[in-house]
Amino acid sequence: MNPTPLLEIEDLRVAFRQGKQDVEAVRGVNLTVYPGQTVAIVGESGSGKSTTAHAVIDLLPGTGRVTGGSIRFDGREIAGQGKKVVRALRGSQIGLVPQDPMSNLNPLVKVGRQIAEVLVANDVAKGKDVDRRVVELLEEAGLPNAEQRAKQYPHEFSGGMRQRALIAMGLAARPRLLIADEPTSALDVTVQKQILDHLDVLTDDLGVAVLLITHDLGLAAERADHLVVMYKGQVVESGPALEILQNPQHPYSKRLISSAPSLASQRLLAQQRAEVREQAQEAAEELAEEVAHTDAEFGGGGDYVVEAEHLTKVFTLPGTAPWRKEDFVAVDDVSFRLRRGTTTAIVGESGSGKSTVARMVLDLLKPTSGTVRFDGVDISTLRSKQQQLALRRQMQPVFQNPYASLDPQYSIYRAIEEPLATHKIGSKAEREARIRELLDKVSLPWSVSRRFPNELSGGQRQRVAIARALALQPEVVILDEAVSALDVLVQAQILSLLAELQSELGLSYLFITHDLAVVRQIADDVLVMEKGRVVEQASVEEVYGSPQQEYTRRLLDAIPGGSIELSR
Amino acid sequence: MPEFPADVPRAALPGQERFVAPLDQTPLAETGSFDDSRPPENQWKEAWKRLRRNWIFWVSVALLAVVAVVVLLPQWFTDLDPTYAQLSRSLEGPSEGHPAGFDRQGYDVFARTIYGARASVLVGVLCTIVVTVPGVVLGAMAGFYGGWLDAVISRVADVFFAIPLLLGALVGLAIINNLWPDRGYWGSILTVVFALAAFGWPQVLRIARGAVLEVKNLEFVDAARAIGKTRRANLWGHVVPNSLAPVIVLATVSLGVYIVAEATLSFLGLGLPPSIVSWGNDISAAQNQVRSGQRLGVMFWPASALALTSLGFILLGDAVSDALDPKSRNRE
Repeated sequence: MNPTPLLEIEDLRVAFRQGKQDVEAVRGVNLTVYPGQTVAIVGESGSGKSTTAHAVIDLLPGTGRVTGGSIRFDGREIAGQGKKVVRALRGSQIGLVPQDPMSNLNPLVKVGRQIAEVLVANDVAKGKDVDRRVVELLEEAGLPNAEQRAKQYPHEFSGGMRQRALIAMGLAARPRLLIADEPTSALDVTVQKQILDHLDVLTDDLGVAVLLITHDLGLAAERADHLVVMYKGQVVESGPALEILQNPQHPYSKRLISSAPSLASQRLLAQQRAEVREQAQEAAEELAEEVAHTDAEFGGGGDYVVEAEHLTKVFTLPGTAPWRKEDFVAVDDVSFRLRRGTTTAIVGESGSGKSTVARMVLDLLKPTSGTVRFDGVDISTLRSKQQQLALRRQMQPVFQNPYASLDPQYSIYRAIEEPLATHKIGSKAEREARIRELLDKVSLPWSVSRRFPNELSGGQRQRVAIARALALQPEVVILDEAVSALDVLVQAQILSLLAELQSELGLSYLFITHDLAVVRQIADDVLVMEKGRVVEQASVEEVYGSPQQEYTRRLLDAIPGGSIELSR
Repeated sequence: MPEFPADVPRAALPGQERFVAPLDQTPLAETGSFDDSRPPENQWKEAWKRLRRNWIFWVSVALLAVVAVVVLLPQWFTDLDPTYAQLSRSLEGPSEGHPAGFDRQGYDVFARTIYGARASVLVGVLCTIVVTVPGVVLGAMAGFYGGWLDAVISRVADVFFAIPLLLGALVGLAIINNLWPDRGYWGSILTVVFALAAFGWPQVLRIARGAVLEVKNLEFVDAARAIGKTRRANLWGHVVPNSLAPVIVLATVSLGVYIVAEATLSFLGLGLPPSIVSWGNDISAAQNQVRSGQRLGVMFWPASALALTSLGFILLGDAVSDALDPKSRNRE
């Protein structure tokens, strides 16, 4: 006999009102969750995955409403049954762990009180029992010193701790279904793993079913029994997680799986990488000779284009009184060398000082001590305007946030022209020809040049940022989390574009990232940073094959879906 | 709690069978494709589109269009001279050709209301310009360079900010009126403008400084530095243009505020001299008639003109603020 489904969604349709039109965000979604099961909805941003989940608990944002289909919870229809029916289920039957732990706790109310509210609202506990229960719940969610923690305010919690508090809240009334909407995407990988492991154990113990919403296929496959892949408001494929992963049928799922960095085959990657590196190093040598010819400053670097020695950066922070200052060591004695035509990745969690290193290499920030040498020349000695511009020509950045790295007032044409104009390169016609060439290199149509950044998608903007960085024909490009904010498919495209450009133009990359999974596709050498210090420094093969440090191992373990074998 | 049965193959559970959507129903778009059919739009154009959709904007435009025509071509509306007094008709009611009647001096009230627009609007517009330009320049420099420059500029601004606008202007004008009693038309207008502007610029400075502080930390500013742009080029080329939206909102709202401020000063007898036709002066002159209940119309006309004009500017400010900052819009 089959068990009865806990949640059944049939032909669900959700629409948002825009002006006088209805825009459908979810079109005919079918989904079944059985008691105690974990079901994951996977999709890129805008696929309708969150909307589907929010429709279940009637928390659709703005003008959204269910326009068709049925949602049955425990055999009872809840779609279109009025607010009361769903409100009775919220908390007590269906719990929610929201996406952003930073904005989902009231900053003015103690964490314990906020959990107590859930208990009281659902009549789970009364009077003195409430406080005891709150502490139990926080303990259960894996917070040490739960009793004291309950008396603290959210700002005293780290991101991971807040998410634990939210999990405690979601499970407070012992619901039968927990909806986890990207519960860990704002957290560091190692914290993500801890939290998801804990959530797994908890929901298993309590027999709670989980509807997990995520953009990360590896994570979904690792955690869920049943997988639902959504694309543009529709379910394109669903079934047992492993089966979909090993034998995807729909072209979209195939694309997703081949793009997921954590799932890609190691051997294949190493081969591809070696080919790219060989070509890139050749091209880089030619480029170096050319540069040595034209720029008198440079040309003594030998094999290494960038060398950083004992870089240290100390920030002075305000202390307990205006006349007292505290020193904060953001970067502590970091040294590395970037070989011509290769990629060195700097990996670390937030706050590890990796971006500060990038800014010092770019000469946007003066190191407290230590030197950066570009092509054999200490960059702190380049003080005349001429020399500075010469350095700028050789080293260009691409930043993380595709929404903030282009001036919204500049058309794409002007954005790419700006570096040429600043360095007074070429006539008007020559510049236009160069911009055409650059757009072509990053696979954007010429018609983009008239557009403004707000009209482009994140991936397109990042392409423009790359084109702009390449305008001055630099030797080194510093990629500061350049692919971190992008959807997997777009990320894969940009990564292969970067590899292509590297082999063609002989670029050397300094690749700053928090995501070890991506590193394997693009990097040759890896620097692992923790709290401002380098903890491990080796080639990619060594880091992946035999990580020497406990911290590196933890980072590797935390890659979601990293251990799943694909039958290919 | 029902346990998940281990003996049932998972794929066989009803509702969880393997499902693959037919491709013709779920067409795949090229990743990173983009819609080339719409014309390019920068954010100013988008703001204009939002502005156009707003009823408040069109009401303010209608009001201000009338005001503009009145200011530029007062002779279209009346043939009478606003400074021609017929004492014999003092406080006479409306009659043929004199829709608003006469005031105590025997001036035609309608003609004075029409001609009074010029001084009021002139003061409002000039004040806004005189306040905005230095406010933005100093605010941008203070916010962008920081350090001692910020400290000096901000503290000086704080000193002026601490003095209430009207009080400061009153004292200033009292002194100037004593020293140079007769300054002619432009002399009088400009004194009022500068007296108000002297205490109005810190507000613009604060807004501009705040906006610059926010923008200067965005990544495109760093990206421009990495290209080799100088700090100055960065400030005027990237930071300031992206900080202007809140300043524009403030400027449109303050147009109305300064018009009211001028009327207040003139009403108190320290703004424009009685020789200049202005709403503030006329309201002041009419207060005796209102107090003694002789004729309310004398007060009604200039007062309504003042109210409608400042309403027009304030509504415009409201609409502009909605259009430039759609996130802050208060919607139902």
